[in-house]
Amino acid sequence: MTKAYYTGLTGLLSLLLSTGVCADESYARLSIHTHVLASSCAACHGTNGNSVGGTPVLAGLNAEHFIRQMQAFKSGDRPSTVMHRHAKGLTQQEIVELADHFSRQQRHTAELPARAISDRP
Amino acid sequence: MATMHLNRREFIKWTAASSVLASIGGCTQALVQSSGNQPRVVVIGGGYAGSAIAKYLRIWSNAGIETVVIEPNPYFVSCPLSNLVLGGSKQIEDLSFSYEALKRNHGIHWVKDTVVEVDATRKKVRTARGELRYDKLVLAPGIDFIYDDLPMLQSEEAQQQIPHAWKAGPQTVNLQQQLAAMPDGGVFVISIPKAPYRCPPGPYERVCQAAFYLKQHNPTARIIVLDANPDIVSKKGLFLKVWSEMYAGMVDYRPNSSIVDLDVAQRHVITEFERVSADVLNVIPPQRAGKVAQMLGVANVDQRWCEVDFRTYESTVLPDLHIVGDSVSAGLPKSAHMATSQARVCASAIVAAFSGIDPDPLPVFANTCYSFVSDSMAMHVAHVYRYDPAKKIMLPADGGGVSEAPSAQEGSYAYDWARNIWSDVLT
Ligand SMILES: Cc1cc2nc3c(=O)[nH]c(=O)nc-3n(C[C@H](O)[C@H](O)[C@H](O)COP(=O)(O)OP(=O)(O)OC[C@H]3O[C@@H](n4cnc5c(N)ncnc54)[C@H](O)[C@@H]3O)c2cc1C
Repeated sequence: MTKAYYTGLTGLLSLLLSTGVCADESYARLSIHTHVLASSCAACHGTNGNSVGGTPVLAGLNAEHFIRQMQAFKSGDRPSTVMHRHAKGLTQQEIVELADHFSRQQRHTAELPARAISDRP
Repeated sequence: MATMHLNRREFIKWTAASSVLASIGGCTQALVQSSGNQPRVVVIGGGYAGSAIAKYLRIWSNAGIETVVIEPNPYFVSCPLSNLVLGGSKQIEDLSFSYEALKRNHGIHWVKDTVVEVDATRKKVRTARGELRYDKLVLAPGIDFIYDDLPMLQSEEAQQQIPHAWKAGPQTVNLQQQLAAMPDGGVFVISIPKAPYRCPPGPYERVCQAAFYLKQHNPTARIIVLDANPDIVSKKGLFLKVWSEMYAGMVDYRPNSSIVDLDVAQRHVITEFERVSADVLNVIPPQRAGKVAQMLGVANVDQRWCEVDFRTYESTVLPDLHIVGDSVSAGLPKSAHMATSQARVCASAIVAAFSGIDPDPLPVFANTCYSFVSDSMAMHVAHVYRYDPAKKIMLPADGGGVSEAPSAQEGSYAYDWARNIWSDVLT
């Protein structure tokens, strides 16, 4: 089992392996805060930034590019329909950590759920 | 405590029934065989919140938390985009998805059943088929309708005649068929309950979709909106503009119009001010947290919604019991995006708790809600929400707001939102 560490707020803390729970590795690098915040982007950009299409894939995106885009959304230099609202709500620190988080996510083809078999007559 | 007393009584009632079952069919069955010494989280409800939390519990714990979802529906039907079924640009089948990928990809145990009792002291949930032990319980049961003031609408037959269509599925299809069969120049009446209810802009989006359909197929038809609220609850300026420009002369909006009586067979509605006759009538009843939350006494805000700690989504009434989604009293829009955001904060807090670490003390998440005003044009309301440690609530951050106008570009983003959230929640 990978030993995971959570470093966000209280320093290096090994997880209690006795419970059998071993938090995902990425808890180790970034704060739990960034981890949860990043997941909130999934509604439009897919799990871990792997969009099924339409919106940009954030997984594996160059961190500096990510930061520049978010700052441009924030300042209005890059016009947007909705991203300026999200960029303005985030702190600079959060944007930097989100950039780090997404730059390290593996790209893969996101899946759509299969249609259910209809029970309509 | 009165609520606990009720629970115990209900529980005993249930136990009595189940012992009858047991005497016929042998002992009570365990619904899922335990996989060793892993902690087990049971999730009640496989909607947006329940499916999302199950997935992220498994991912973030490296499959170290045994996760069981209990959900009666054989497949998932999305409320978001279901108003487009009324507009005619989507079929309910386009919004109906299998749970298979979610279960398979993440090793989630799935029990197709309804939870009928929870014993929070012994940490057990029961369905008609058996019982299940848990270490932590997550309630994600969505909403329940309140029929206290509209008892005549409680029966299935009455809802055939006057559907709510506020849980996507057969009622959505029924309402669409009624709209399609409406006589030329007929009247569609929609009743909106007092806030808070599921999806604040949803009823007004529905008005747009009905207008979009009728404009093409029944252009002399009219829509009367009986809103129990003093004003349009969400995206007011935008909806008013759409109604007056795109659907001129069709939409008659009446604020402060609660239903006081109703004739189901005749489709007559009586408000404090007037009597309105409809050819097609859609009553969206007032709402509260799902039944199981009421049963447990955790719907402690106005006897309707559940109070939680927004850092963990743990109930303020019972320990080791978390609540996510529409059932929560959050003071924020009850949306699918919000339900999944809450689910992820909660999943992270549960993983942290089992790992012996602290949860995020200052959670932040985003919400974007699109409303379709036609088959292709949409508009948004979007905010980032941050936890305020002094007030102990989630508050909107700077920069949030609504679209300047609906557009085809946002219509396309709205579809992208839907496809991505389905992928996130169901695969
Ligand atoms: C017409 C309409 C349009 C909408 N449009 C949007 C939109 O565009 N964007 C958006 O973000 N939101 C939208 N919403 C809101 C969104 O649908 C809800 O906020 C969301 O579904 C809430 O998720 P939930 O998991 O809390 O509840 P649900 O998704 O309703 O899931 C609850 C689940 O719990 C199950 N359940 C209940 N009780 C039990 C029990 N005792 N045992 C086992 N299972 C149980 C139910 O079967 C159900 O599957 C819309 C809603 C409507 C009605």
